[in-house]
Amino acid sequence: MEKQASPVERLIQELSKLPGIGPKSAQRIAYHLLRAPAEQVNGLALAITNLREKTHLCPECFNITDGDLCNICSSEKRDKGLICVVEQPQDITVISRLGSYNGLFHVLHGAISPTEGIGTSNLKIDELIKRLERSPVREVIIATNPTMEGEQTALYLKKIISPLGIKVTRLARGLPFGTELEYADNATLTHAIEGRAEF
Amino acid sequence: MSKPHDYQTKAIILSKTRLAEADRIITFFTPEHGKIAAVAKGVRRPNSRMSGHLEVLDYSHLNLARGHNLDIITGAQTLDSFLPLREDLTRGAYGLYAAEIVNQFAMENLENRELFDLFLKTLERLSYQDNLEIATYYFELHLLKEVGFKPEFKECLSCHRRLGEEESVFNFKSGGTLCAHCAQGKPWSFPLSFGALKVLRMLQDDDYEQVKGLKLEPVTHEIEGALRNYFYYLLEKDIKSASWLDKVKKMP
Ligand SMILES: [Zn+2]
Ligand SMILES: [Zn+2]
Repeated sequence: MEKQASPVERLIQELSKLPGIGPKSAQRIAYHLLRAPAEQVNGLALAITNLREKTHLCPECFNITDGDLCNICSSEKRDKGLICVVEQPQDITVISRLGSYNGLFHVLHGAISPTEGIGTSNLKIDELIKRLERSPVREVIIATNPTMEGEQTALYLKKIISPLGIKVTRLARGLPFGTELEYADNATLTHAIEGRAEF
Repeated sequence: MSKPHDYQTKAIILSKTRLAEADRIITFFTPEHGKIAAVAKGVRRPNSRMSGHLEVLDYSHLNLARGHNLDIITGAQTLDSFLPLREDLTRGAYGLYAAEIVNQFAMENLENRELFDLFLKTLERLSYQDNLEIATYYFELHLLKEVGFKPEFKECLSCHRRLGEEESVFNFKSGGTLCAHCAQGKPWSFPLSFGALKVLRMLQDDDYEQVKGLKLEPVTHEIEGALRNYFYYLLEKDIKSASWLDKVKKMP
């Protein structure tokens, strides 16, 4: 008969599946939680449950939100003629932190990655085009990562958006090739956004 | 050839996967050691010393240290980043397709300087020349030779008759052409017109300079189909980036 994994082993298994957590860290976290105060552990469990149950994707920009529209799309103060296209929701946080960008966003949830079989249909690209067709947008800033995948995505988007008569710009080349927005410092990113250009 | 504790090599970056803490695993192809996967620490950060030198399709000089499991990249300097592959959608799609094929066929820890030179030359052609289709078919046929799957296109592999005007068959299982008679009832067969057969022979036997101006129409689709299906037979899977390349090629 197969032996049932103990609760501790089960937790270690689950934690090991998380990015950046190896078996050793997983074990350390599991034993830490065993000794931690009950409120702290319950708080963590509740936060994890709520993460999935109380959030969904904004139907407009596909950012993660707990409201109907996300707080960016529903804001009255935003410039609705400007959309910044990013790969992942974390990138919105990084760009918002600068405080200088006042337009809207659109999250693709990835980039075109031909060698992994990720194409346009796996990303929120059709949704972006529909959005551009129904709203008065004058400029789309493509802020995909300066990687091979991010560049292919940017070049493809430019090809399909330009015929709509909308200006398409790309972040300035301040970010070295192969890096990710998520790890950019504020000065570099501000410079990249301010220096954006048609391509 | 076994590697010393610290070593350096020229490399073409084939693929990358994310690790925690802005690290990546970089898979690259080298002349002396074949394909290697190694860890590059912090390279997703724009202020990392090595960032900008380890992106897919970069031709770089690498310093490495042997690791427990994977080797560690300790330094990287770009020799050529093939800018047109980054700035042109079609050229980039061709480049990624070539990289995936090398990634699938290259062996770890196996010297293959001929394949390295072929891949490097191909990336130059895809960057700076115009006939991307010929460059790609030429690359595919010569890669097959360098990895030991060079197809026979001269004679029937079964009855050894030299193939002429009549339709012949590329039989993947036999690794080359069969005459219509010998091909009967054989699975894994791809029919070839004489026109396509002639072009395949030229691409395989002639120097690139001699074939780069070839008119491929009307046999382009036959050649593409023959090679794609042969790859599928050898690898038992599709080249994933082929569908992206096809989509891009059709765009205005
Ligand atoms: Zn939204
Ligand atoms: Zn025969």
